[in-house]
Amino acid sequence: MNTELIGIIATFLLTLIIAFPLGKYLAKVFAGEKVWTDFLKPLEKGIYKLSGINVKEQMNWKEQLKALLTINILWLVYGFFVLIFQNKLPLNPDGNPGMTADLAFNTIISFVANCNLQHYSGESGVSYLTQQFVLMFLQFVSAATGIAAAVVLFKAFRDKTTTQLGNFWEFFVKSITRLLLPLSIVIALILSFNGTPASYDAKDQFISVQGDTVNVSRGPAAQMIAIKHLGTNGGGYFGANSAHPFENPGYLTNMVEMIAQVIIPIAMVIAFGYFIRRRKLGWTIFGVMTIGLFMLMIPTLSAELGGNPAIAKLGISQATGAMEGKEVRFGPAATAYWSTLTTVISTGSVNGMHDSTMPLTGLWQLLAMMINGFYGGCGVGILNYFIYLIIAVFISGLMVGRTPEFLGHKVEAREIKIAAIITLLSPFLILAGTAISSYVFTNYGDAGWAVQPKNWLSNPGFHGFSEMLYEVTSSNANNGSGFEGLGDNNIFWNVLTGIIIFLGRFLPIIGPVAIAGLLGAKKFIPESAGTLKTDTKTFALMTFAVILVLNALSYFPALALGPLAEYFTMLK
Amino acid sequence: MKSNKLFEPALVQTALKQSFIKLDPRVMVRNPVMFNVEVGTIVMAYVTIYSFSHSGQGSALYNFFIFLVLLLTVLFANFAEAIAEARGKAQADSLRKTREETPAKVLLTNGTIEIRSSNQLKKGDIFVCETGDTIPTDGEIIEGIATIDESAITGESAPVIRESGGDKSSVTGGTKVLSDEIKVQVSTAPGESFLDKMIALVEGASRQKTPNEIALTILLASFTLVFIIVCVTLKPFANYANTPITIAALISLFVCLIPTTIGGLLSAIGIAGMDRALRANVITKSGKAVETAGDIDVLLLDKTGTITIGNRKATNFYPTAGVVIKAFTDACVLSSLADETPEGKSIIELANEQGFKNSGTPSGSTFIKFTAETRSSGLDTADGRRIRKGAFDSIRNIVEKAGNIFPSDIEEHVKSIATNGGTPLVVSENEKALGVIELQDIIKPGISERFERLRKMGVKTVMVTGDNPLTAKYIAEKAGVDDFIAEAKPEDKMNYIKDEQALGKLVAMMGDGTNDAPALAQADVGVAMNSGTQAAKEAGNMVDLDNDPTKLIEIVEIGKQLLITRGTLTTFSIANDVAKYFAIVPALFIASIPALQSLNIMGLHTPESAIMSAVIFNAIIIPILIPLALKGVAYKPIGATALLRRNLFIYGIGGVVAPFIGIKLIDLLIGLFV
Repeated sequence: MNTELIGIIATFLLTLIIAFPLGKYLAKVFAGEKVWTDFLKPLEKGIYKLSGINVKEQMNWKEQLKALLTINILWLVYGFFVLIFQNKLPLNPDGNPGMTADLAFNTIISFVANCNLQHYSGESGVSYLTQQFVLMFLQFVSAATGIAAAVVLFKAFRDKTTTQLGNFWEFFVKSITRLLLPLSIVIALILSFNGTPASYDAKDQFISVQGDTVNVSRGPAAQMIAIKHLGTNGGGYFGANSAHPFENPGYLTNMVEMIAQVIIPIAMVIAFGYFIRRRKLGWTIFGVMTIGLFMLMIPTLSAELGGNPAIAKLGISQATGAMEGKEVRFGPAATAYWSTLTTVISTGSVNGMHDSTMPLTGLWQLLAMMINGFYGGCGVGILNYFIYLIIAVFISGLMVGRTPEFLGHKVEAREIKIAAIITLLSPFLILAGTAISSYVFTNYGDAGWAVQPKNWLSNPGFHGFSEMLYEVTSSNANNGSGFEGLGDNNIFWNVLTGIIIFLGRFLPIIGPVAIAGLLGAKKFIPESAGTLKTDTKTFALMTFAVILVLNALSYFPALALGPLAEYFTMLK
Repeated sequence: MKSNKLFEPALVQTALKQSFIKLDPRVMVRNPVMFNVEVGTIVMAYVTIYSFSHSGQGSALYNFFIFLVLLLTVLFANFAEAIAEARGKAQADSLRKTREETPAKVLLTNGTIEIRSSNQLKKGDIFVCETGDTIPTDGEIIEGIATIDESAITGESAPVIRESGGDKSSVTGGTKVLSDEIKVQVSTAPGESFLDKMIALVEGASRQKTPNEIALTILLASFTLVFIIVCVTLKPFANYANTPITIAALISLFVCLIPTTIGGLLSAIGIAGMDRALRANVITKSGKAVETAGDIDVLLLDKTGTITIGNRKATNFYPTAGVVIKAFTDACVLSSLADETPEGKSIIELANEQGFKNSGTPSGSTFIKFTAETRSSGLDTADGRRIRKGAFDSIRNIVEKAGNIFPSDIEEHVKSIATNGGTPLVVSENEKALGVIELQDIIKPGISERFERLRKMGVKTVMVTGDNPLTAKYIAEKAGVDDFIAEAKPEDKMNYIKDEQALGKLVAMMGDGTNDAPALAQADVGVAMNSGTQAAKEAGNMVDLDNDPTKLIEIVEIGKQLLITRGTLTTFSIANDVAKYFAIVPALFIASIPALQSLNIMGLHTPESAIMSAVIFNAIIIPILIPLALKGVAYKPIGATALLRRNLFIYGIGGVVAPFIGIKLIDLLIGLFV
């Protein structure tokens, strides 16, 4: 086996070695059990006192969501104005301008929503103040929002019947103090020791061998890159994201970043099992997600390592695989591994250009974001998966002759209605968004926007279709990666993706939390031989089938016109 | 009355007519999936007309053909519902025949009798029925006793006895008095008797969607919406790819994708579930009760009549040491000759079985009747034999009073019989104990297998009996029930139900007496026997016309079957879409993107044929599955996970594979003609 593959296998194993105990630890932290980080309690108490939070106050699911949405709206308003007026605020050594309203709208929603779709470039589009106190700040709090929402869901199933789902603020603060902050510090240190800048100095300069003066952007990057991965945010400090040598200097940092972005999503699944005292369920869900990951990753690896058939036709050997758009220091295997991870979970950071990957790789990237529940984003991954679970429970419950129930609570019309709306939302946002952009591209090519629609696509045709589909899919999944090659900084894309990100973030949080809250309040029904068990291989298979079929049915025509058409045409 | 044929010609005819009547959009809108197909059909009708004079939408013939297939799809779905309704209605009609205008002899307050028509009877009226009269409506006997032929309702030809007071005072309209005279008070308002309610129910007038059906409809509606989005957005996608898509192709794709199979069969499945209950002679007051029955965790069953055959029977003779078995048997028989109780008769039966020749009552004998004081009975023969049979302590009294010793081996037998759940009867002759007769409850043959089946379904069975705990325990073990309530008083049942419900379990019970009514009302599924009191029938949510206590088991299975049928057909319907995509999507784009031919894995020969094959398959799968929807998917008590695996394999994998084969075959057929 070649070293590239050994490298990614080692990375994956290391991920698990860290994620499993982390999951167990998180379950204890949120259950209020004793853990070794309890020395941080005084810090938390200080925060509660300062904010006037009474953590003993128990909230039901509606109060939880009210707290969540209120604080998020506050951040939206705050960030929006900083982005617009950043040129007038301190910590702007490079003198970058303030954002246009539409770009600020897009950017702030994108960061509040943990999406981090970037229609600006970090070097020229934002100030250090924005980077540190808006964007990086949001990378912490948006991840913590997702985790806290997931813990609310956990709470609903821990006790037999309950409406008391704990205190949102406590979950939120603990997510940061006990998880995000300590781990970010460790990761940031590793990065900065490997060459990632962490200073507040303005651009550096050097004169190249050719005699050109080259400006080198830098700034407080290491800390942001740490949380960007740990919190599955993905918003890079620099425009080229983790393909940039400062963001990701070498193979070691690449491994660290690949591990950092997936440990919390995995840990949350394990934590779910421990927290509700049904460990086997946690492991079963982990199993389904991991198989899903492999089913997306293995063909990706094979496509990228196999090289481009069009180049092969020319008789050019591609011993190193498809290298277009990839960094030599990572190679195609680590880039393929990254591209799968960053799309199954909602990080959306990249260490190579997705636009340049093989057509089928594009297909797997798109599918991963459409599913958005194999591990998924920080906290929200398990929320998304929960919706699939409810639908699987409903259909398979019927198939065994009982009115469906999940963990002892009957799933009835109201829950199904919510699950149905959330299931509907993704195809609606993705397909409608792509349809509107296709329509504008074909019919209003000359619209007078910053980038004219006819110039949007660097590669018209099937690949161009994929570029638009990808942008919209990434927004809905709160992924934030771009296929690139799309002229996206104009009012159309800023507003369209801004709206999609917003809806694609908050409705899929509200839905599962509401379902969990409703279920948790219902009478608990003990298990009998006739009860459908949700922690079996058979049920796991059922969930997997539901995920696959729902997504395949929703997106098959779109995928056929994009990556599939491109792939089959390339083979001809 | 019962017909097991699925498609009786007369019913099919009614159903065919109904299929067209149900095309009314106001009716269709209740079923969101099929309503969408109907809208698609109407659009295709316009497109057909348009394409006669315009080009660009394909040939008029082709459009007309698609229109026809879509119309058939809607008609097939309507037919499924109509045939289910027709079957239910046929059942109801045959019941209703018994209720046509019956004259009632109404007893007026002044004591005179007035003849009125049965539909003029009001609640509280009192009527008189004599031998040969048909009882005009449901009521409660307030005076008298009568034998009644209930065969019109239950199909059971043996007459039953109904009398005022107690638990057997209720009479049902349509049944016939065979002897004696009774005064009956009308217990229901006109049009609200059980039969009326049932007829209304099966006719669908008052049929409401059950909670689970509503939830499933929501899910199916959301799938439909997803496919509306998929199809609407396909138009701008295709424009981008410079591919013209005809309306026929878009609508075909849409109709094929939305879950028409389950959407078309859903209400038929629900009606058929109630119909199956009705065929088992159980009237369900709501479809929800049938659904709930499938979820039952605990089943309360009365011992007598359900688990054991009505009465105790003699099973063994145990003579004491020194008494020959023949002599003992002789004494036993003599003691029981005048004993009219089933126990007494069973002693003679047992003796006969063992080869004892009954020589009849010796002349000159005097029978000693059972009294509460002596607690024994027997006879004194002319030749001076004084034979007594009775409870252990009463006979011991007799024996010891006379100064005789009561043999210790008899005492031991008595003890061991009691611990084995039996009842010992001691027999003495001339104040000397001869031996013991063992009486045992006879457990119904096959009942323990049924309990085993229930256990596998996850249903806990509980025996309710008035016996002492020792006896109860023995019978419970022998019959294989999971738990028992001994020395049960009515409130014990109630408390047991409440306790189980507090644990979150669903409880079913069967009852007949007025004192069962609170428990029947408390239980999640309360099945009242038709012979029971009005109060019991009002309290329960099902009525069993056969008065068969084991019916609960069937009801649970019917409930499960109903849900399974829904689940499996939903799975099948959705799984079908995979193949339909592979038929239609390449067909849509093949002209402008030839490379997508690679997706045409079925090798369908032209785009038009591919689309037609898919819609035809989509349409004919509905009638093909009607029998399954009406009969229900078989329930196998093999545990939930195994059942899921099985159904997932058959209807999930089968649902993916079947349309690939079906569409390919239809394509080949079309290829022969076009």
